Amino acid sequence: MSSEPTILVDGRPISLASVDPHQPLLHFLRERGLTGTKEGCAEGECGACAVVVVTPEGESSRFVTVNSCLVPAVGLAGREVITVQGLAEGEALHPVQAAMVETGGSQCGYCTPGFVMSLFAEHYREGRVPGEVWDEAIGGNLCRCTGYRPIKDALASLPAPGDDRHKRRLAQVTPAPAAVQHVATLEDGSEVRFHRPTTLEALFAILAAEPEAKLVGGGTDVFVEVNQLDRRWPVLVSLDSIAELRGIREDDAALTIGAGVPLSRIEDELGETVPMFGELFPLFSSRLIRNRATLGGNLVNASPIGDSPPALLALDAVLVLASAEGTRELPLSEFFLDYRKTALAAGEIVAAVKVPKPFPDVQRFYKVSKRIMDDISTVAAGFAFWRDADGVITKARLAYGGVAATPARATAAEDVLEGHPFDAMAVVRASTHLGTAFTPMTDHRGSARYREAMVTRLLEKLHADLSPRSEAAE
Amino acid sequence: MTDSTQRSTERRKHVGRAISHESARGHVTGEALYTDDLVPRTKDVLHAWPVSVPHAHARVRRVDFEKAAQRPGVVTVLTAEDVPGVGNVGAARQDEPLFPEIVEYHGQAVAWVLAESEAIARRAALEVVVDAEPLDPIVTIEQAIERDAFLAHELKIERLQDGRDDIEAALAACPHRSRGEVQIGGQEHFYLEAQAALVYVDEGDQVMVHASTQHPTETQLIVARVLGVPSHAVTCQSLRMGGAFGGKEVQANTWACVAAVGAVKTGRPVRVRLDRQRDMALTGKRHPFLGRYEVGYDDEGRILALNAELFSDGGWSLDLSQPVLARALFHIDNCYDFPSLRVTGRVCKTNKTSQTAFRGFGGPQGMVVGEDALERVARVLGLPPHEVRRKNFYTEGSETHYGQEVKDADRIERIWTTLGESADLERRLAEVEAFNEAHDHTKRGIAITPVKFGISFTTAFFNQAGALVLLYADGSVQVSHGGTEMGQGLHTKMLQVAADALGVDLETIRMMPTRTDKVPNTSATAASSGSDLNGQAVRDACTAIRDRLAPVAAEALECDLEDVVFEGGEVYRADGKGERIAFGQIAKAAYLARVPLFATGYYRTPNIHFDEEAGRGHPFHYYAYGAAVTEVEVDGFTGQYTFRRTDILHDVGDSMSPKVDLGQVEGGFLQGLGWLTREELVWTGDGRLATRGASTYKLPSLGELPEEFHVDLLPKAADPTVIHGSKAVGEPPFMLAMSAREALRAAVAAFGEGGRGAVELGCPATPEAVYWAIEARREAANEALAAEE
Repeated sequence: MSSEPTILVDGRPISLASVDPHQPLLHFLRERGLTGTKEGCAEGECGACAVVVVTPEGESSRFVTVNSCLVPAVGLAGREVITVQGLAEGEALHPVQAAMVETGGSQCGYCTPGFVMSLFAEHYREGRVPGEVWDEAIGGNLCRCTGYRPIKDALASLPAPGDDRHKRRLAQVTPAPAAVQHVATLEDGSEVRFHRPTTLEALFAILAAEPEAKLVGGGTDVFVEVNQLDRRWPVLVSLDSIAELRGIREDDAALTIGAGVPLSRIEDELGETVPMFGELFPLFSSRLIRNRATLGGNLVNASPIGDSPPALLALDAVLVLASAEGTRELPLSEFFLDYRKTALAAGEIVAAVKVPKPFPDVQRFYKVSKRIMDDISTVAAGFAFWRDADGVITKARLAYGGVAATPARATAAEDVLEGHPFDAMAVVRASTHLGTAFTPMTDHRGSARYREAMVTRLLEKLHADLSPRSEAAE
Repeated sequence: MTDSTQRSTERRKHVGRAISHESARGHVTGEALYTDDLVPRTKDVLHAWPVSVPHAHARVRRVDFEKAAQRPGVVTVLTAEDVPGVGNVGAARQDEPLFPEIVEYHGQAVAWVLAESEAIARRAALEVVVDAEPLDPIVTIEQAIERDAFLAHELKIERLQDGRDDIEAALAACPHRSRGEVQIGGQEHFYLEAQAALVYVDEGDQVMVHASTQHPTETQLIVARVLGVPSHAVTCQSLRMGGAFGGKEVQANTWACVAAVGAVKTGRPVRVRLDRQRDMALTGKRHPFLGRYEVGYDDEGRILALNAELFSDGGWSLDLSQPVLARALFHIDNCYDFPSLRVTGRVCKTNKTSQTAFRGFGGPQGMVVGEDALERVARVLGLPPHEVRRKNFYTEGSETHYGQEVKDADRIERIWTTLGESADLERRLAEVEAFNEAHDHTKRGIAITPVKFGISFTTAFFNQAGALVLLYADGSVQVSHGGTEMGQGLHTKMLQVAADALGVDLETIRMMPTRTDKVPNTSATAASSGSDLNGQAVRDACTAIRDRLAPVAAEALECDLEDVVFEGGEVYRADGKGERIAFGQIAKAAYLARVPLFATGYYRTPNIHFDEEAGRGHPFHYYAYGAAVTEVEVDGFTGQYTFRRTDILHDVGDSMSPKVDLGQVEGGFLQGLGWLTREELVWTGDGRLATRGASTYKLPSLGELPEEFHVDLLPKAADPTVIHGSKAVGEPPFMLAMSAREALRAAVAAFGEGGRGAVELGCPATPEAVYWAIEARREAANEALAAEE
């Protein structure tokens, strides 16, 4: 517990004393004259505010990009942040800056600091092959002027990093974040408290003392509420430094993913083990968000259009729920009770998500949205089949988002699929149940009628994609 | 290339070179400042936040801010009583009360809280209680038509082929006639930098306005009106904008006025900065349009007559809606010669934000209607759309429906043919067809569409510009002009123009922020005209200075005036004899010889006129041309699609700055692509904008960049009547994106088993819209099959 909390910005410590825990890092920086970092949307969609957080990685470190509009400044107490203003060495531009100048990657220049930071992190990414373009690296940054071609060219032109101070910094260890307790008194005399515990034990002690506390996982949803809806809580508790929530374990029975593991880590480590994840995560918001967002947050949020629930429902996932009293397990299919309502008891958190084995031999994730990258789903579907040696489905899971008040499975359709191979007739049989399985609604993302059509169409698409003359293969 | 003047010689050294944006270093280091970045550099700033009323139409009975005013940190709440002058910020007409009694759109601000921090102002604004009586809102164009709610008189342009009495008679004489209706969605500007202003009162009551505005003169003028002071008491500076696209041409004024009223009332600097949500809820957008038409044509697909009526959704106040509509009428023809053409338009009044300028300024909407007609004709006749398009092109000597000669009309054919070859169109059309035959659930579509876009403000008096160039005795130079920098690279081009006109290096010149105390009475930086107009003015001023330096140089070089060459920071004799003298030395010598080292420059575009009554005239100085080929792939299960490839050939004249121009073409294309495909504004039935954030409104991301993207500038395309032979580039490329819309339509058509008939496709063609178009096509094919059986 530090008494005089600071944050290290471009090598300079800045005091966090009396900072409102609701203040995003972005505003904290700008108020202090560090105006290079820009606000474009204040909801983590545009990436103009991207900064790099130096993150522990065993005995070395990693540069992780985050949207500074969705991270509380006090949540980064004791940590090290790199902004666009900390890259150039005097008159000499950093190679990623020089690349953006050369290719014409900036026009109005307002999104540019965010792109520069995304390029910066990509430049130093372990395993990057110079010349190869990984779109995801800048997929969370929006530009309204250039049309992206020159920025993509800048990405493609980045050389391998030299032995510069950033490379040397990466080789050094970054200590795990320490516990933080922080109090701010607002102008009206009210107090806002912030806690960053590092153990579950400490967390439950805090929750016992502060039952009204708002838990913040990655903050990518909570801080949208703060910024867009002016939501405020008397107590915020960050879960991002609790080691017990950040592990990934695999044994013969299941794969267990800590509820606090950033999604980008699941994507990197499990994208091949569980193909569903490999399909899900590139479509799940953007890398900038996935660097902070967690499964725990996406599930507890209980939005009907969250992207992970259909995938996890299809995988028959089981939640590990923890409280001061101990832990219990609950099938995810019993977790969502109603619109934004879950079976979580008071004082209880989601500690882990278990994906039981054997994994299904067919697993697919589909997402229907206006835009392919960085969008929220109109309809999402996770499909999984366990089949016997003859190709007969022994267990089927058809799970959807965006078609009901909660993420939900089409159980009647699952039932008629089981005991048969997945052929054209099976699709027709299932369709008779899918047509009436849900009663979706109309909103700005899509009409009820379209959503209803997608429930069946996506299963038909699965069939087409799996058939021998697969078009997807071309 | 050499431009010669009567007195000394200008060499083209920087103009035409592909240099990076003048502020690129500032952009990539975060050191480039924008209006709101000045706030932490200014002392004692107050932060303003709007008190919004959650009705699209309502009468305000009472605003109770007693509780809010008591919140610690709140300084005051601004209301109508605080306005010293005229409390109206309307630009086209005074129809926009700053503190309204009648709320005219959802979220409109009726008061503003001023507080010590934004957080406090926001919290306090939530505590203001507005007692408002809801009134019946008009939300759609159809409702407005039904209630006869229009913001201005009807516009009409009509040209009838010889001997026809009226358009009906022209249509009656056609072998075929088809009707169409197209609903065209609006578009949010989504400049990355939202609206911002910072105002403080200087010594002697001089009001200093920092605003993210495309039109500093108008901002100055309206702030002065609201404060009840002459223009000379207000200075406006537009440092640079983080994007604007037309959205800060008129709509920047309101926020500057709020800040000005607050600054005068409190004596402290006041900052207004909209967050994204407020920006989207409160500021105008590209006009949604409804187009209805009837087209007459022959068996070969030659269009003989078109009768079209356009309705635009103007929102609550007039703003620029009338000239936007006029440009739609001017551009419904695109590149096509419609022998008889009648087009009328009305601006509908609705209870929405006041729709405004946006890249293309009505031109895109007009063209979408025209292209819809072309496409319909092709599909009804079962002819390839690209052949039908080509058959109807303007040719050398053609006149538009408003009677202007289509200058350089031969470029349409030249671009079309060249692009067709470079994009390998014929082969790829066959490939797409083969792909579609082999695939039931995935179809591809490919389309080529042309663009012709008229350059000039259609309001004649805006076509003027001024510049101020200051040469210091050490040889360094400051250049000011009336244009604003919003990312389009205007300052970059002006830097190149000035450097060549003075014969110095780029580093010798500093481009100054746009300020009304440097150049007065400027026009908005709009209509793609920024470099055409200001370029001539900057060059005019620089040439004046060079001409004054020339005698000094001639004396030093011991040669005639016309033999003096200014180039690259040196002054030398054209014959190469003698020494090369540094530019700074000549400047110093000129100063000592008491030669004035500053000059103004001025330009007005010649021969611009239009008779609205007659619908005839010469509203444009010239046309810019281009064409694009786009290929898409559509998933038949979901309507989702990807952009496989786009090829563009675009006419920018003789490019003054190829990197800048390429950026404008590419960026314009992608922005147009967004408008026609992913970007969907959704209003609820009671007039609330449901898509008021980046999470609900989807502008193009990297994923919309076509997998293959080839962009070329048309070679040998100099226009000698424009500065350095260049052409305007800001807006025209936007409409190249129509190729994507028509490619989607082609793919949709392929789902119908080679059926004939028009393909109705929503605009924007969202995945859902494409899905329903596919469904309709499949049903039509099934019905046709059933009828055969």
